[in-house]
Amino acid sequence: MNKRTLRLIFTMAFSLCLLFAGAQDARQGPVEMADAMRQNGKIYVVVAVILTILAGIILYLVRIDRKVSKLEKESL
Amino acid sequence: MRKSWWKIACVILLVYAVVGGLLLPVPALRQLEETIRNLYYHVCMWFAMMILFTVSMVYSVRYLRTLDYRFDLYSRAFAVTGLVMGLLGYSTGAIWASYTWADPNNPAYASFGTIAREPKLIGAAIAILIYFAYFVLRSSITDMDKRAKVGAVYNIFAYAMLFPSIWIVPRLLPSLHPGQEGNPALNFNDIDARMRIVFYPAVIGWTLLGVWISTLNIRIGMITEKKWLHE
Repeated sequence: MNKRTLRLIFTMAFSLCLLFAGAQDARQGPVEMADAMRQNGKIYVVVAVILTILAGIILYLVRIDRKVSKLEKESL
Repeated sequence: MRKSWWKIACVILLVYAVVGGLLLPVPALRQLEETIRNLYYHVCMWFAMMILFTVSMVYSVRYLRTLDYRFDLYSRAFAVTGLVMGLLGYSTGAIWASYTWADPNNPAYASFGTIAREPKLIGAAIAILIYFAYFVLRSSITDMDKRAKVGAVYNIFAYAMLFPSIWIVPRLLPSLHPGQEGNPALNFNDIDARMRIVFYPAVIGWTLLGVWISTLNIRIGMITEKKWLHE
């Protein structure tokens, strides 16, 4: 991955953050916890999605780690 | 893979932070509601940033004591990861604040104008900008020894500037951000016991992730600059 692609990814990630920061949400009344999501089990969908993303990032890190180890052995 | 036990610990802690962080009970608080779970992610970014910057500063001191070029590489790599964590902390904070502090449909909430004057945000922005200047300074010096020396001195200064900008000044001024009378999330009076069992492991997990990325950067730096190290 070259520098320009990386820069593009970072710019896009941060503009996405800004987009969400601008979004608004109206809530009032009693303390509303996401009980419905817990009752119908949809919260597990969220957990599964985040775990998949986390697994992807960790696998990517492990691959880089392996590659660096290989390079270290070669350069010895 | 090298020294993998703490990397495995990092993965386990992060999986726990996600599963436990989303599923374990949290106190029902007005205005925050379910977003209190962000404590496991947003606050952890700042903790990880602070720890990584501390490690970076220690290596800068060690560089100045020994003039060993490796320590310069260490201190730079930890500062980079710390800065990434800080930027993530800032952007997650922006998302969180826009749903809990400012809400044009709810008159009880603050306006965006109040948030712009928020001392904690300004302080954090100053701290991050000072670290940006560290990298600008480093890349502007072509001589390697000079770059390492000036960089190390500036890094220590930047670390010292963290204290007034994110620890002291924001606490002297009124703020919407929690943690006015102590250390946010570390104070035993303002964090629920149910949250602590997820929060502390999450801090360790995210910090280890930062350390892992930093060590990768260091090892790549060691390979590419081997010819300099052996002179």
